[in-house]
Order: sequence, then C-alpha cells, then structure tokens
Amino acid sequence: MIDNIPLNAFLVISTLMFFIGIYGFLTRRNLITMLMSIELILNSVNINFVVFNKFLYPNLLHGHFFSLIVIAVAASEAAVAIAIIINIYRNFKSIDVDNLDQMKL
Amino acid sequence: MNSYAYTILIPLIPFFVFLFVGMAEDKLKGKLGGLIGTAGLGIATFLSYMTAFKYFITDHVAGTGYTSFKAFEITWLHLTEKLTINLGVLIDPISVMMLVVITTVSFMVHIYSLGYMEGERGFARFYAFLSLFSFSMLGLVLATNLFQMYIFWELVGVSSFLLIGYYYEKPSAFSAAKKAFIVTRFADLGFLIGILILSFNTGTFDFQTLTDPKGLAIASTGGAVFMGLSVITWALIFIFIGGAGKSAMFPLHIWLPDAMEGPTPVSALIHAATMVVAGVYLVARLFPVYAQGGPVALEVVAWVGAFTSLFAAVIATTQTDIKRVLAFSTMSQIGYMMLSLGVSGYGGEEGLGFMASNFHLFTHAMFKALLFLGAGAVIHAVHSNDMTEMGGLRKYLPITHITFLIACITIAGIPPFSGFWSKDEILVAAFHSNKILFGIEYFVAGLTAFYMFRLYYNIFWGHDRHYHHTPHEAPLVMTVPLMILAFGSIFAGFLPFHNLVTSDGLGFEPHINYWIAVPSVLIGVLGIVIATVMYKTENALPNKVAGSFSFLYKWAFRKFYIDEVYIFVTKKIIFNYISRPVAWFDRHIVDGTMNGIANLIVFVSFNIKGLQSGRVQQYGFVFVTGVIALVLIFVYVL
Repeated sequence: MIDNIPLNAFLVISTLMFFIGIYGFLTRRNLITMLMSIELILNSVNINFVVFNKFLYPNLLHGHFFSLIVIAVAASEAAVAIAIIINIYRNFKSIDVDNLDQMKL
Repeated sequence: MNSYAYTILIPLIPFFVFLFVGMAEDKLKGKLGGLIGTAGLGIATFLSYMTAFKYFITDHVAGTGYTSFKAFEITWLHLTEKLTINLGVLIDPISVMMLVVITTVSFMVHIYSLGYMEGERGFARFYAFLSLFSFSMLGLVLATNLFQMYIFWELVGVSSFLLIGYYYEKPSAFSAAKKAFIVTRFADLGFLIGILILSFNTGTFDFQTLTDPKGLAIASTGGAVFMGLSVITWALIFIFIGGAGKSAMFPLHIWLPDAMEGPTPVSALIHAATMVVAGVYLVARLFPVYAQGGPVALEVVAWVGAFTSLFAAVIATTQTDIKRVLAFSTMSQIGYMMLSLGVSGYGGEEGLGFMASNFHLFTHAMFKALLFLGAGAVIHAVHSNDMTEMGGLRKYLPITHITFLIACITIAGIPPFSGFWSKDEILVAAFHSNKILFGIEYFVAGLTAFYMFRLYYNIFWGHDRHYHHTPHEAPLVMTVPLMILAFGSIFAGFLPFHNLVTSDGLGFEPHINYWIAVPSVLIGVLGIVIATVMYKTENALPNKVAGSFSFLYKWAFRKFYIDEVYIFVTKKIIFNYISRPVAWFDRHIVDGTMNGIANLIVFVSFNIKGLQSGRVQQYGFVFVTGVIALVLIFVYVL
C-alpha cells in the first residue's frame, strides 16, 4: 500500500510538521508547548530519514537506525527538559518564558 | 680636568635638599627645614668658593688665559648619531663667577630668612622652594649646552613662580605669580625659536663649539640670509628675547614690579641678584657668537638695555612702594649690564664692555641683595611697604640704617665703593662706542643716585609715623647677612676683574679715564644733593616739583601706562579679535564635529536598542527568517 503514495506527499507532511514546530517554538510562551514543538521538529526529520531511506536505498537500513537514535535522544531530552521545567516551576511558580529573566541583569 | 668633577655636587646638594625638605615638610617641626636648607647651601657655597679659588688662583698658570673645559658630562638623550643632548658642568670664568654670586647671595638669603620668615605657615615649603631655585640657577650657569640651559631656564621660571606665589591665599600674590610666569614663558618662546634656528644652522648645542673664537660654528652656516639679516643674527635676536623676558627688559618688564608680592628674601635672591641677571648671563655666555655673528643683534641688546635703564630709572623716582622702587632700580641696573655687553667688542681691551658687564653683575648682586634685605628688615619692623608710612627709622634700626646707606652710596657710584668701579667701566665702554648711549647712561647714573637717596631719606629720616608698635631692630640672624653683604658691597670693587673675567680669557690692564670717572662721580653727588634738599627734611618741594611736571609725573607714576597697554592689547585686541573667533571655531566646529558624531551614535543606538531584547524566541525568529531568506536566495537567485 505504501508503495502507492508518492514521495512528495511524505515530504509535504514532514515540511508542514517542521514549520508548525518552528512556529510553535517561536510563538508559544509556555515551556511545555515549546518542548512539544521541538518534538514535532524532530519527528518531521525522522519522517524524512525513513522516507528517503525507503525510496532511495531500499536495501539499506541506515535511515531507520538514524531515526531510532533520534527517538532515543528525544526521549532522554524530554526527560531532562521536563525535570528542568518542574524545577523552574517550583522556583518561580511559572513556566512562562517571559518571566524567566533572572539572568538578564 | 677631572679634579673639578666634584663641581657636579654644587647643584646636586640643593636638589637633594629640595627633595628631602619638600617631601618631609610636615614632619619638620619649627626651624628644622630651614636649618637643613641653610646647611645644604652652606656646603654648596663652600664648594663654590673652593672651585673659584682653585680655578682663578691655584690652577692658573701666570701669563696664560683662563680656559673653559667640561668638568663633567653625560649623554642624556641619544636621539640620533648627530643629535644627542648632554648634561654636564662647564667651567669657565663667567660660570665660576656666577657660582660665587649665586651661592653667596643664596646663602645670605637662607640665613636671613631664618629670622624673616619665622613663624610663617609653610616655613619648610619656603626652604624647599629656595633650594629648588638654587639648584636650577646653579644648573643654568653650569650648563654645557643650550639645551641644558633651556631646561634649567624653565626650572628657574617655575621656582620663581612658586616663590612669588608663596602667599597663595593673597589674590595679588598669585596673580603676580601667574603674570611673571606667563610673561617670561612668552619670552622663552623666543629663546626656544632662537635655539632651534641657531642649532639647526650650526649643527650643535654645545657652548664650547658655538663660542669657539675661530668662529667655525658660525662659518658652517654658509652665511644664510633671511630678510636682509643673517640667520645667525635672527637666532641671536630671538635668544635675546628670552633673555629680555627673564631680565625684565622693556617691553617684557611688566612682571618684575608685581613679582615684589613674594616674600622679601625671595625678591633679594631671585628678582635682584640671580634670576633676573640670567638674561645677561645668557648673552655673555654666547658673547663670542654675538660678537662674530651678529653685530646687529648686539646693537639691539645695547639699545634695549639703554632704553630700559632710562625708562626704569624715571619710573623709580615716582614710586612709593619701597620694594617697587628697588625693582625698577634692578631693571635699570640690568639695563646697564645689557648695554655694556651690547657695546663690547671681542678680545683684549675691546672686550672692556664684556668685563664691565660681568663686573657690574657681580657688584650689583651684592648691593642690590643688601638693599632688598635691608628693605625686608624695614618691612619687618613697620609692617608696611609704603614709604609714606615710614620715617625717622634711623633711631630704631641702626644696623639696617648703616648697611642700607652703604648700599645706596654704592649704587650711586661714589668711590671707593664697588658700584663706582663697575659703573665707571660701563660708562667708559659706552663712551668709546656710542656717544648717545653714553649720554643716556650718564643721565641715568644721576637719576639712580637721586631715587636711591629719595628712598633712603623717606625711610630713615623725617619725623616718626604712627607705628603699631615701636619699630625694633631685626634679630642678629637677619643683620649678620646685611653686614656681610655690606662688606661685599664696599670691597667687591677691588677684585681684579679685568684679569679674571674677560671675553677671551686673557687679562688686560684697564686705565681709569678721569674725564669720565670724575663727571660720573659728580653727577652721582648731584643726584644725592638734590635728593637731600628735597627729602631730608619734609618740605613742600617734592610736591611742587611733581606739580610743575604734573603730566610727566603722573605718566611715570603710572609706569608709563605699559600695563594698561598690555591689558588693552591682550583683552581688547587679542581676546576679541583672535581668541574669541578661535574659541568659537574650537567650540562649534571642532567640538561640534566630535559631539555630532557622538550624538549620532547615541541616536542610532537609542533606536536600535529594542533589537537586543533578551528574548531568545525573538532571536530564534530572526535566525529562522534569515535562514529562509538565505535559502531562497541560494535557490532562486544564485
């Protein structure tokens, strides 16, 4: 079934995901939402890896492995980031990035 | 001649005393600072006398001339192969003579000030400055080259400034200090230009090379001419401007009367005996250059000297501040010395004027220092400078009275006191050179006797004034220097200057010319007699005389309005027409450009500072936009 879907369709999806992620990262003030945006960006990249591997080198598995590594790194990153966010919330009673300007002066 | 190497100590001892007393000023209680200063100068005086004795007597081979040599020299700045600046000690007749003059007067003033300055605030500071001055002046006369002389020339200017402004709380004192500094500094600009022209054309700063009697240094200029006069003449005229400023020659004399705001011992040391004759010394030092290279410059020296001596003597007859009378008298006597140099030739008897000038410098230092110190004793007794508030003081101040009288007779040129001998030589030199100059100086000799005795009678004769307390004779520490200087004033005239200090180092035999000596004594006596008639007992005569010449009297009393002319020229003309436009240009164009650039930067930064918000998301947005723009450019444009 997947063979019937053209490459461009995958690329359009991944591009959309990427820019939605960028948009969310730049506009949201909430740290959790920003973290979710980063996940979107990473996953759009994963789609690209898998799709290009499938269409260009069907006999090899490098792209699949790469996306697996990215998922693993994203998971650990999410763990660390959420730990940081929880600590920030405990200290500042807020996770709004605009309030986190203690280092400015 | 390394046996003279110790002469370097003569200026260095006062220098170290200056450093020590100056830095430890607060810790030196009572008179300690003064005693240290006096002791230091005493050693320097002893060394100077030893040098003079050695140079003039024990080391001198009979029948030969006195040579000049460097006792000590180091290269201070090695700029290029050709251009080095040296510091050292030059020993020759005039420098040794000046050593004696400076250390003697300075030593006397140091002792005298122990009494005069007693209890003044900053007593140690006063001695520190006196030592600084002594160091600078000794360095000046011992200089081996023009550049070293210029350095010390400025140093004496600074020490003079510091000492005139010693009472710095008094507005008149610090404005006088500023005036003295600015006027002499302005003149020193001429000196500097002169040094540059002279050394550029001759390729040397060194006095021995410049004043070589063979004239090689001058010949090396190849007779370059600028505006009808040789460059050497121009250089010498500019150098003379520097000398005229320090020696208070017309029209750069205006600082000297005001400099009397300083303590009286300072006036005696700096503004009578030593610093003000630096100009004479400068011309004497370069005399062979003047004689060979610039007869026109020498003529300028003679006329400026003659005019100043007349001008100052006329003013001196009208002043009532006793120190100012002495200041104008100093100007007049320095005018004599300048004139004498100006009419002198080089070598043998031709050099009579040179010898007479140095002779007069020597005797003048003695009797003028004595007059000033005597005036100081009078001021000490009555607490006033004004002769109208004095009278009948001879009963109260017997020693001051006698010594002051000796000095007055000396300056009036009555034999056998020293002033007669030196002044007579000057008159002879002038007579042989130019009859007009002789006439002026002859007349001034009479005026000198007149105004000195006017001063003398006004202070010591007449009836008593209302004094705050009974005037009392000064303490011994002040009267002893007076007596020593009086001794010097009487006997200095018998020194055989014609053998010791001559233009070419060789002695010659002067003969008294009775046709000049007798009339010059007579006019001195005439001056004394007129002064006696007018001032010995108070009568209406002086006012009558002043009334009959009221215009001239007023003119002279206001010092011929020279100060007003200066004020007019500087305030009305230079300030309005030069300084103001230049200041406007500086403020609006130069500063305006700089301020404009600064304002522009402030304006731009104020407007773009919003970009630096500190919000990472905003930066990220800019970053992403940039990346997209670059991608678009790379894909579609390139």
